[in-house]
Amino acid sequence: MACFWQALAGGGMIGAGVLKGMALTFREFLGTYPAFRWVLERVGVTTNSGIVTSEYPEKKLEHPERFRYFPFLVYDGTPENLRCVSCKICEQECPPQCIHILGPAKDAQGRPLKVNGRTIPEKFDIDMSICMSCRICVDVCPFDAIEMDNQYEFAVTDRFGPLVFDKNQLLRSNEYFQKIKPIEAATVDQRLAAKAKKAAPAASAAAPAAGQPSQPATTSQ
Amino acid sequence: MIDQLFVSGYTAVMRIVEKFVPGWLATVISILLRIGAIAAIAPAIMMYLTWLERKIIARMQNRLGPNRVGPYGLAQPLADGLKMLIKEDIVPRGADHLLHFLGPVLAVVPAILVFAVIPFGRNMVAVDLDVGVLYVLAVTSISSYAIFIGGWASRSKFSVLGAIRSVAQIISYEVPSVLSVVVLLMVVGRLSTVAIVEAQAQQWFVFTPWGFIGAAIFFLSGIAEVNRTPFDMPEAESELVGGFHTEYSGMKFALWYMGEFLGAFAISAFTTTFFLGGWQGPSLPLWPMCLLMIPVVATAARMPKLLRAIGVVALAAAAPGLVGETVPSWMWFLSKTYALVFVLVWLRGTFPRLRVDQLMGLAWKFLLPMALINIVAAGVWVMWPGVVGTVVSAAMLAISVVVLVRLNAPAPLQPRRYVLVD
Repeated sequence: MACFWQALAGGGMIGAGVLKGMALTFREFLGTYPAFRWVLERVGVTTNSGIVTSEYPEKKLEHPERFRYFPFLVYDGTPENLRCVSCKICEQECPPQCIHILGPAKDAQGRPLKVNGRTIPEKFDIDMSICMSCRICVDVCPFDAIEMDNQYEFAVTDRFGPLVFDKNQLLRSNEYFQKIKPIEAATVDQRLAAKAKKAAPAASAAAPAAGQPSQPATTSQ
Repeated sequence: MIDQLFVSGYTAVMRIVEKFVPGWLATVISILLRIGAIAAIAPAIMMYLTWLERKIIARMQNRLGPNRVGPYGLAQPLADGLKMLIKEDIVPRGADHLLHFLGPVLAVVPAILVFAVIPFGRNMVAVDLDVGVLYVLAVTSISSYAIFIGGWASRSKFSVLGAIRSVAQIISYEVPSVLSVVVLLMVVGRLSTVAIVEAQAQQWFVFTPWGFIGAAIFFLSGIAEVNRTPFDMPEAESELVGGFHTEYSGMKFALWYMGEFLGAFAISAFTTTFFLGGWQGPSLPLWPMCLLMIPVVATAARMPKLLRAIGVVALAAAAPGLVGETVPSWMWFLSKTYALVFVLVWLRGTFPRLRVDQLMGLAWKFLLPMALINIVAAGVWVMWPGVVGTVVSAAMLAISVVVLVRLNAPAPLQPRRYVLVD
C-alpha cells in the first residue's frame, strides 16, 4: 500500500518530457525557415544553425588541405621533365595494384632514355576504378614524383575504359601541387632542394674527374 | 458558392446525364463519378503525403529534403512512382505466390474503402452510411489480415516475426480505438459520420473533457494501427530488416506504402471528423487568406518567375471577387486533417520506437482503462448538462490520468552493486 501512495506522489508533471521533446523538434523545424527564424530570434528562442545541407552541384564544400582523392604525377617546368624515373616501387607497393608502369623508356639502341639525367617511364597508367586513395604510393616514392590530387569529379558513363588514366592525364605541374596543397608542397620542395644541394658538390667534383661522363641526353621526343 | 463548388459540379454533370440516359444508367454513372473521384484523389494524396513527410522530417533534422526533381522536389513522388513501377518484382522461392500477391492488395483496398464515408465538406461525402462509424472500424481492421498474409506468404523469418508483432499490436490497439468511439454514440446517438459532424456545429467534441481524451486515445491507437513510428514495431528496420514487407519489391512494395500512408491520412481524417468538428468551422472571410497567400507565392524562390507572377496576379484579382465568401467547409476539413498529419510526422520526428512491452503496456494498462473511464465521464457529461457535468467529468478524467500514469511508472531500479569491485 505504501508503494501505491509513493507511486502516486512521485515524478514531475505528466507528459512534460513528451512536450519538451516535441517543442525541441518543432523549434528546429521553424528555425530552418528564415522568416520564422527571424521571429524566434526576436522572441529570444535559441535554435541550431538552421539548414546544414550544402547543395552539392551548385555549392561545393571547402576541403581541408589534406583532403586526397587520386594520385597524379608531378613535373617541374615542362611535361617532359617529370620526376618519375620508373623505379616501379609504387607499382609494387600499391595494395589494390592499380598502377601499371612500363619502362624505363629505351632508345633505338636499347639504352635507357634519359631526360635531365633521369630515366622516364614509357607508360604509366593508374586505374582509378581500383585506386582506393590510400596514399601509399606517395609515401614510398623516393623522388616525390607522385602526389595526391584533391579533384573528385571523375564521373564517366563506362565502368572500365575511361577510368584508366595514362601518363598524359596524370601529369600535373609542381605549381599546381603548390597551389592545391601549399604546406605539403613546401616540405617536398624543401626536401628536394636539400637533396639537390647534397648532390651538386658531388656532381661538380665528379664531373672533371670522370672527364667524359655520359652527357645528359636531352633528347626530346 | 466556393463551399459547394465540387457538389454543384457533380450536380451539374448529373443533371445533364439524367437528360440523356435512362434512370438506371444514371445511377451507375453517379456511382462511377464518386468512385472515380476517390480513385483519383487517393493515390494523389498518398504520393504527396510521402513528399510532405520527407520535407517535414528533413526540416526537423535541419536538412532540406527532396529538392532535385522539379521545384521544391515536387515531382519527386512521380519519379518514385515510376521507379517502383519499372522495378523488378521478386517473389522469394518457396513463397505462396497467390497470398504474396494478395497481401499488399488487401492492405490498399480497405485504406481506399474508408474514403467512401469521409465527409470532406458540407454535402461532400461519397456515401452517407447509417453505420458509417461501424463500417470504418470494420474495414480498417482488415489491414491486420493483409499484414499477416503478406508476412506469412513471404516465407521469411523476418517477415513472419514482423507479421506476428503486427497482429498483436493491431488487435491490442483496436480495443481502445473502438471504445474511444463509443462516447460519440452516447452523445450523438447515430453512427453516420455526417450526423457526427453536424452534431458538432455548436461545439467541437475535442473541447469537451471526454472529447479531448477520446480524441487522444483514438489518434494514438490509430497511429499504432497503421504501424507508424513511434509504434512501427512490425517493420522495425533496425531489428527486422523491413518486417512484414522484407520480401517485397517493386510495385507490391509501393502498395504496402500506399496502404500505410492512406491509413495515416484516414486516421487524421477520422479524428477530424469524430472529434475536431469535421468540416465545421467559424465563418471566416476568405479574401484575407487570399491576400496572405500573395507574399508566400511571391517569395517562392525556386518556382519559375512566370508562374509566381501569374499566381500573384491571379490571387490579387481573385481577392476582391471573394468578398462575402467564407472559408469553404472542405478547406476547413483539409486544413484540420493536414494539421493532424503534421502532428503524425512530428511524432515520428521526435520519438524513438517503443519497446514491445512498452507498446503493449500503453495499450492495455493505460489507453484501455482510460477509454473505459472516458465512457463513464461521457455518461456524466450527458446526465448533467452544463457546467456541473463538464467539471465532474473533467475532474474524473484528470484524476484517472494521474493515477494511471503514476501506477504504470516503471519501478525505480536499485543501484547496481558490482560485487568484485566493491
